Amino acid sequence: MNGFFSLAELGHYSLVLALALSLVQATVPLWGAAKRDSRLIRVATATSLAGFFYIVFAFGALVVAYVVSDFSVANVWENSHSAKPMLYKVTGVWGNHEGSMMLWVLILSLFGALVAIFGGNLPETLKARVLAVQAWIGSAFLLFILLTSNPFIRLDPAPAEGQDLNPILQDIGLAVHPPFLYLGYVGFSIAFSFAAAALIEGRVDAAWARWVRPWTLTAWLFLTLGIAMGSYWAYYELGWGGWWFWDPVENASFMPWLAGTALLHSAVVMEKRGALKIWTILLAILTFSLSLLGTFLVRSGVLTSVHAFATDPTRGVFILGILVLFIGGSLALFAWRAPSLRQGGLFAPVSREGALLYNNLFLVAATATVFAGTLYPLALEAVNGEKISVGAPFYNLTFAPLMVPILMAVPFGPMLAWKRGDLLGAAQRLAFAMVAAIVAVAVTLVLTGAEGALAPFGIGLGVWLIAGALNELLDRSGITRGNFKHALPRFFGLPRAAFATAIAHAGLGVTVIGIIATTAYQTETIRSLKPGESLEAAAYTLTYQDVVPRTGPNYREEVFRIVVTRDGKAVTAVAPTKRFYAARQMATTESAIKTFWFSQLYVSIGDLHDDGSVTVRAYYKPLVTLIWLGTLVMAIGGVVSLSDRRFRIGAAKPARSARKGRAAEAGA
Amino acid sequence: MRRLAFAALAALLFLALSPALKPTGIAGTAFAVEPSEMLQDPNLEARARKLSEGLRCLVCQNQSIDDSNADLARDLRVLVRERIKAGDSDEQVKDYLVDRYGEFVLLRPVFDWTNLLLWGTPLIVLVIGGIVMAMRFRRTAASAEPKLSAEEEARLADLLEKDAAS
Repeated sequence: MNGFFSLAELGHYSLVLALALSLVQATVPLWGAAKRDSRLIRVATATSLAGFFYIVFAFGALVVAYVVSDFSVANVWENSHSAKPMLYKVTGVWGNHEGSMMLWVLILSLFGALVAIFGGNLPETLKARVLAVQAWIGSAFLLFILLTSNPFIRLDPAPAEGQDLNPILQDIGLAVHPPFLYLGYVGFSIAFSFAAAALIEGRVDAAWARWVRPWTLTAWLFLTLGIAMGSYWAYYELGWGGWWFWDPVENASFMPWLAGTALLHSAVVMEKRGALKIWTILLAILTFSLSLLGTFLVRSGVLTSVHAFATDPTRGVFILGILVLFIGGSLALFAWRAPSLRQGGLFAPVSREGALLYNNLFLVAATATVFAGTLYPLALEAVNGEKISVGAPFYNLTFAPLMVPILMAVPFGPMLAWKRGDLLGAAQRLAFAMVAAIVAVAVTLVLTGAEGALAPFGIGLGVWLIAGALNELLDRSGITRGNFKHALPRFFGLPRAAFATAIAHAGLGVTVIGIIATTAYQTETIRSLKPGESLEAAAYTLTYQDVVPRTGPNYREEVFRIVVTRDGKAVTAVAPTKRFYAARQMATTESAIKTFWFSQLYVSIGDLHDDGSVTVRAYYKPLVTLIWLGTLVMAIGGVVSLSDRRFRIGAAKPARSARKGRAAEAGA
Repeated sequence: MRRLAFAALAALLFLALSPALKPTGIAGTAFAVEPSEMLQDPNLEARARKLSEGLRCLVCQNQSIDDSNADLARDLRVLVRERIKAGDSDEQVKDYLVDRYGEFVLLRPVFDWTNLLLWGTPLIVLVIGGIVMAMRFRRTAASAEPKLSAEEEARLADLLEKDAAS
């Protein structure tokens, strides 16, 4: 133990060193870029790598403190326990405020270091300015940690045992969810830094978009997976099978995702056509601003209540300060410099650019809706003390209608030509997808006995997206034009970016189908059962057998054994439980989930009654897993896009023509 | 193609690992409606459930009384059912609860002057965005390069034809 005793101090000290380096990185390279002094410019790379080293060291010191259960460190004592499984000792590091801020700066400096290492082909001054802006953010958050959220504070005398982590947080889903979310959130800082640097530089071109896009894509990828994991966690943890609650904490991560998705699309226009420059810069600023806002909402306590925020405002006010400084500063910089940027690339309203702009319009409106829904109650309470609630019914009436026109338009986008497109022609070439969608609507209507047209329409929309994606690939390989001979080699010769688009859009369709099917067609059965009695859930019969006690590592539980039959044949057994954690005097309930293909049977236990009966809730959720599988497919689309030749380091620029040449050879 | 294979492999790996994300856990809170609370008449019960979904459990964070197992949520569920049994319409039940607990109890905010900005946001953004876009297109259409003359069009067609033939 003694060997580690000074490690926390070393961690604390390296955090201070990292701040000092960060302050140098935030200023000297800017000076150098203004003076065109290469020696000063090169300071950026060195400081960013050294700063990353010290932050890794500090983070490592904290992890070690957790691993060896050094309870003389207050943060470890508050959140850990010597008997906790090793996995949760490590993940417990970011299961609390101080540790999660450490993870935040670790990821921030990781991204900075990656730019420093791989940004060799960037113009010297741009790279210096990007790293400088990155260091402003880093300095602000390092200062925040050191002044208000220091994880290295010691306790004297050291307590013998820690207070343990809330058992609900000791879960693999919650353990990996924050790092993914932060990789997304913080990853957008790169887009922000590039935007600010371009504004300082007063120059922005297609090459800029080519550098920004892979970073944005990477951040988006992690954010997508992070949000999906959080959603699945809520689904199985919270006990009634909801997968999205429009909770402000969820919204905090959803807003940057929506804006980031818009940014991805507008960056395409900028990269390919040199248009929408100013708009893309603004979106980059907004996306990261929303990430900062999310950090503020979650970390300041303002969400629980405005009062909680007011009673202990140090942290909240500090983050609010960071928020105002960065959002205000960058918008001011934007207002000052953006008019001097040259706009380029004309296009007609009906064109690929126009379609992507349409996408942006609706995504931004959706973001604004979530923004209003999340912040309006806070603002109203602050202004006149009136309290209102904004819940799912609000979003169903506002957010959902915004999604319909954008989803309907998705397959058209890739079908339109750049500059000037042919809407009618695109519609004709999408005939296959249209037929598929109409068939899907008809089949859904027949299968569900034609109750309500909205849900079949939704399913049709999902199929439209999937078939539309496939349709685009087929069209580009010439099959729809009757060109069968060269179709196969052409198909494989398509640029990877085309596959990426198709995969991501199809994934969106998969998610839409999952959402609609579950929302519209899930069945719910709630009954109180005595042993031997049964209930029906969709096609399944659930018979309650008995209840048996069981002892876990740090809990006791009662296991309710239920046999599932279908058409008189036993299919499976489920065992939802009720647990009791003696140490924390906490009772919890564990649901049981069985997956049948893409659908799930979800069973949980309610109250126990004096007559020996127990309340059983059974839900049949058709196609529910598609919700998360779809996000996975979207993420795969992102990975494929990242692997596109033009993003690879050192790849020659005219990759496209080389590929075409190869495809032609293969076809001959 | 190797990269694509790698991506596929990564995806498979994720899928294979995803059982690790499966229900190991503990449901934090339990659930709502108990059979003993339910109304005999299925129509009235369905109305009660629908209403409950739109009413906030006042002591919970962002949960409806239908989802929450807090004591207060249970009291409200019973109250909603009592009002329905007494013959109240859905609106009357809501008004009754708003009188007692304020607008805070409604998960769907009232559409009134105070909340105009909240409800109007999507439309405002769409309209302003649409106008800005329309103006941009108009300006670019005006400043776009002049149309080709008939002679130039013919020459262009000729050139394209030659290009296609070669």
